Amino acid sequence: MPVCEFSRRRFLKVSAAAVGGLVISVALPPLRGHTTTADIQPMLTAFLRIAADGSVTVIVPNSEMGQGVATSEPMLIAEELEVDWRQIRVEFAPVGPAYVNPIFHMQGTGGSTSTKAFFVPLRQAGAAAREMLRQAAAAKWHVPVVECKASDGRITHRSGKNESYGALADAAARLPVPANVPLKPRSDWKLIGRATRRLDTPAKVDGSARFGIDVSVPGMLVGTIAQCPVFGGTLKAVDDKPALAVNGVKAVVKLPNAVAVVGNGYWPAKKGLMALKPQWDYGANGALDSERIAATLHGELATEGAIAESSGDAISALRQSAKTVDVTYTAPFLAHATMEPMNATANVRADGCEVWAPLQIQGSAQRAVADALGLSPERVKINTTYLGGGFGRRGEVDYIVQAVMVSKAAGKPVKLIWSREEDIQHDFYRPVSLARLRAGLDAGGKVTAWDFKIVSPSIMTRVFPQRVRNRLDPSSVEGAIESPYAPANLRIEYAMKEVGVPVGFWRSVGNSISGFYVEGLVDELAHAAGRDPLTFRRELLANKPRHLAVLDKAAGMANWHQPPSAGHFRGVAMHQAFGSIVAEVVEISIGKDGLRVHRVDCAVDCGLAVNPASITAQMQSGIVFGLTAALFGEITLKQGRVQQANFNNYPMLQIGQMPVIEVSIIQSGDKMGGIGEPGVPPIAPALVNAVFAATGKRLRSLPIIKHGVTIAG
Amino acid sequence: MRDTLSLTGTKFGCGISMCGACTVHLNGAATRSCITPISSVGTASITTIEGLSPSSSHRVQRAWIAEDVPQCGYCQSGMIMAVAALLAQTPKPSDRDIDSAISNICRCGTYDRIRRAIHRAAAA
Repeated sequence: MPVCEFSRRRFLKVSAAAVGGLVISVALPPLRGHTTTADIQPMLTAFLRIAADGSVTVIVPNSEMGQGVATSEPMLIAEELEVDWRQIRVEFAPVGPAYVNPIFHMQGTGGSTSTKAFFVPLRQAGAAAREMLRQAAAAKWHVPVVECKASDGRITHRSGKNESYGALADAAARLPVPANVPLKPRSDWKLIGRATRRLDTPAKVDGSARFGIDVSVPGMLVGTIAQCPVFGGTLKAVDDKPALAVNGVKAVVKLPNAVAVVGNGYWPAKKGLMALKPQWDYGANGALDSERIAATLHGELATEGAIAESSGDAISALRQSAKTVDVTYTAPFLAHATMEPMNATANVRADGCEVWAPLQIQGSAQRAVADALGLSPERVKINTTYLGGGFGRRGEVDYIVQAVMVSKAAGKPVKLIWSREEDIQHDFYRPVSLARLRAGLDAGGKVTAWDFKIVSPSIMTRVFPQRVRNRLDPSSVEGAIESPYAPANLRIEYAMKEVGVPVGFWRSVGNSISGFYVEGLVDELAHAAGRDPLTFRRELLANKPRHLAVLDKAAGMANWHQPPSAGHFRGVAMHQAFGSIVAEVVEISIGKDGLRVHRVDCAVDCGLAVNPASITAQMQSGIVFGLTAALFGEITLKQGRVQQANFNNYPMLQIGQMPVIEVSIIQSGDKMGGIGEPGVPPIAPALVNAVFAATGKRLRSLPIIKHGVTIAG
Repeated sequence: MRDTLSLTGTKFGCGISMCGACTVHLNGAATRSCITPISSVGTASITTIEGLSPSSSHRVQRAWIAEDVPQCGYCQSGMIMAVAALLAQTPKPSDRDIDSAISNICRCGTYDRIRRAIHRAAAA
């Protein structure tokens, strides 16, 4: 774990020149909304500093978007540091090498990696800081370090001498950071594994938590923007006078594909924008529509794709099967729809740029801003605020670079806020997808083979092209390959097809689509074999004890083998993603007021639970996210434009439609998996499987409402 | 409120009164401020989340803390204001009352803890 040199010094603000390329500032607002003190607070490692009053500020390396890292990451530090949890404060890290996500090799949050990535580094930082404090006490008291005990924010000696961390912090910060300090054994953990309340709850119930959209800096203008309604189109011309005539508008800024208006506030800027009549060159995608896109994907089924996985001889095995299932599934484009719309604040000056934003990937944002301005990265300071949802959308840099370019043009700091319509219509969507799934059963009802052909646009070709080899995008087939259910003969083929719509990472990425495909297919096979869907799956998992345990747990919670109440029906699905295994059983009824989801029983094996409260919350969150998509979610296009615009036509689940969700956490002791995303993939297929149980109708496309089903509540 | 008065606790979510993130109290009634023009306010009294109570002492805020409701937190100012208004009207709401009164959107799916917190606040 790299050790930051500045841990040996105390500092308030360190310039790029002083630390050879690193811009670090501790002037970030703390959690509770009160101002930072002017006291110099010494850094002990890159991850914490201790004030004279003993409060410990943890520098959290990941972005807090609701998943709880602003609590679980400080837990890791506090466990080793031996400090009263009530002393912990939180700030979000600036850009710096110590904060690089060791799984991504870049500073950022995503892929359900945060807790897993920093599980060892943060504990090491807490342990190292504790040792530095012990050493400082030993030096002060002229006693051996081994006689100095760290406990509850104090160092004590058997002679009765004792000192608070606050009093020792200064001296401790001058010491070298020790490497490889042994960590506590699991049996000694006091915090890790305990359900722990969120540190940011108080700020989130009194309105003081600062999201990107809340940022205010001196001299700032507020702006909003309209991008060309067709992807890839450009701005031909716009007469700015109607906007400039609006009271409160200060400037109109033209960008290659958009026009922005800035003023005294969002509303004047919005009024100014609405007064404009921009002329667009729609470019190549002006005729895009969903029907054509669907036909394009169908056409690709006939082409030769890339083999993602292959074993045995699937084609022969299928030919020899007693029964075959040959079905086509599709999944629609989906928008992220974070509660906080896209926004960023930028202050471009001659010598550099400062950005405040609710962002996920600090590394790529810093680079993109530097490139846009022709600056070296260390001239770009990134301040991360709270995120009002991320779901993968805020890993993109578009909304940040826009704010930067508008600030540059306006010559002032600018907070650029997208309207909800702009947010829904200029997303990087979950890719549309189509799959032909073929599978065979022998006379005894055992699965002999399966053969998948998946067609979709590729995310990685744009975002991580080095990970695409021979036209195989791993994110398009994850969850379909390496299935725990897989028969000995299998073939998974992927055909990449660009369709002119921007696509990006949507919570659980390829898994939400492949989970729908695989668990739909397995359910169809169970039915074709005349077997109970749970029993059929259990047999497929006979040699997979870990998966079986998760499936059995969820089934047990749902009382699968007892019939549900009259008019109620169940569906089950299980999926492994991001190192965790999740099984969900959904119970529904379909009455005269429509489909009601009564209950979801969820079992999760994430290896090791750091904060069980966080895991339960995230399972519920993933389920609601996936359920909303399965019931309602679809982004369609007509004449090049996204047809959905706001929550009136891109609906969200409300409290009256919320099922009871029970979560059981299985601590298998296996390698730690992630929890941000794994709750999402099983819910759509479990729901569709329940609908089949209720109606005998097999739904092979989503959302549910497009099949003439109304949703109750 | 947000830009001129710097009261950023109330949030912008949709601009068409569908999501409820902008909920404030206008003469005590839950009101979606994003579609409320200043010209219609007159001398009515407006309470934002910042003004709901000193030090989060309102029973809804205390219940929200006890149940550890928020995740990203962006919807919660509006949610708390909507619930506070509901409880002022209906001191002991049933689940059905909650279902029909609360249409605020929570994208993180904290509805389970919201419901528990409403019942806890009602019992306080």
